Amino acid sequence: MNPGAEALRVEDLHKSFGKLEVLRGIDLALSEHEVVCLIGASGSGKSTLLRCVNLLEPIDAGRIVLHGEEIGATSVDVNRVRRGIGIVFQSFNLFPHMSVLHNITLGPRKALGLSKAEAETRADELLARFGLSDKREEFPDRLSGGQQQRVAIVRALAMQPQLLLLDEVTSALDPELVAEVLEVMRELAAEGMTMLVATHEMSFARDVAHRVCFLDGGVILEQGTPAQIFESPREPRTQQFLQRIVEAGRL
Amino acid sequence: MGTTRPGPGRGVLVAVVSTLVFFGVLALLVTRSPGWDRFKAYFFDWQLYRESFPEIAEAFLINVKIFLIAEAIILVTALGLAVLRSLPGPVFLPVRALAIVYTDLFRGVPTILVILMLGVGMPALDLEGVPNSQVFWAIVSLVLVYTAYVSEVYRAGIESVHPSQDAAARSLGLSSFQSLRFVVIPQAVRRVIPPLLNDFIGLQKDTALVSVLGVVEVLNQASIVEAATFNGTPYLVAATLFVLITIPLARFTDLLVARDRRRRQAGGVAA
Repeated sequence: MNPGAEALRVEDLHKSFGKLEVLRGIDLALSEHEVVCLIGASGSGKSTLLRCVNLLEPIDAGRIVLHGEEIGATSVDVNRVRRGIGIVFQSFNLFPHMSVLHNITLGPRKALGLSKAEAETRADELLARFGLSDKREEFPDRLSGGQQQRVAIVRALAMQPQLLLLDEVTSALDPELVAEVLEVMRELAAEGMTMLVATHEMSFARDVAHRVCFLDGGVILEQGTPAQIFESPREPRTQQFLQRIVEAGRL
Repeated sequence: MGTTRPGPGRGVLVAVVSTLVFFGVLALLVTRSPGWDRFKAYFFDWQLYRESFPEIAEAFLINVKIFLIAEAIILVTALGLAVLRSLPGPVFLPVRALAIVYTDLFRGVPTILVILMLGVGMPALDLEGVPNSQVFWAIVSLVLVYTAYVSEVYRAGIESVHPSQDAAARSLGLSSFQSLRFVVIPQAVRRVIPPLLNDFIGLQKDTALVSVLGVVEVLNQASIVEAATFNGTPYLVAATLFVLITIPLARFTDLLVARDRRRRQAGGVAA
């Protein structure tokens, strides 16, 4: 696999909810094995961008190209496209009526057509890798937030996606549970998973991301390596945002 | 402030005394009413109760048959109707409109009228291939009416499942039908089990309405005995039979709901 090959390209993406224009022309490209962090204040459009890339929200204008295929077009089979893109949500969104194992095998069985045995083998391997084997039969409500989010990541990975979208996956967690989830994300990044990560965890962005994009008012105002963004941001808005983060003690 | 806290035994004592006093006064008022002796003779003839019980219970089997068949069908048709009404997008507007008209119509018309119209009307048509059994048309009537009620219960359940659940399912590549089938409906149904039971108990009681067609079910059988003996105790027998069915059903449903909740939530014993 060519490490420099393009994984995702977003061109001039626009998205409004009613009169509110949330995305006002996003341009973004991701190479394979690249980790890109989206930072910015709440309401800057990070989550909406991720939801648009996963086709959970229809886009108003622009193009989304995944591995050379335009997926924003209306003729595209959204179910097929989504199988190749994993997304992990801020509030986990595990299925509360299913065991951990069933949560993880549902996608592979129903969307990929794997047999029960194949799907369970795959799930067990992933659970073992992330230290969750003993939670296999548990129901989501009986796990800690950190465990639930790790299960949600495993559920996305079980589809063997080419691209993983992470939407503020640690924001709903108690501070002491954040580390275990970040650890999983670091591991995935080290393995070369292509990831687009909306996050408030600036230390994660600084240490792990290849590139950091600062969203403001529905556009990518500034992007660059973590060193550029965190140490010498050019835009005043970026400087302001980082200043507030530092004051809040989060960097 | 300053008073001693009453011990735990005191609450129990108060409850027992107040219950005894309340029901004692009630019993006294009822039994001292001028018509009590006549009332007692008319409704509480224990010998007639025992004697008429078997034949009324046998007639009750027709009610049981009607509601068992109707409930099995309604569980499916009502869910179907609820799903049709939840279909998104402008393409399905006619389907949604039809579902709404159906619900409005069959919730609005009194059940007894539907039973009369279909139970008398359809056999009277004397059409080839149209069943003329009144029990058949009674079941059809109850299915039509209760499908309308129960579909609204299902729909409330479907709408109570947070959209993020559907988003999670769709993000795994499941189709919207698969998401409904495996993620949304299972959660919706669990939430609406108590109101679902409510409607089914209502249905079970409404099987007595079939008596207007002349079918010798529990109410008509009780009336036959009453007419022969000039005694209302058979109605008490009929009432007993209905309660004998609904109470265990209610407790059984409570048990199912509690077990499912224990299994899913923290603090319980893992299954």
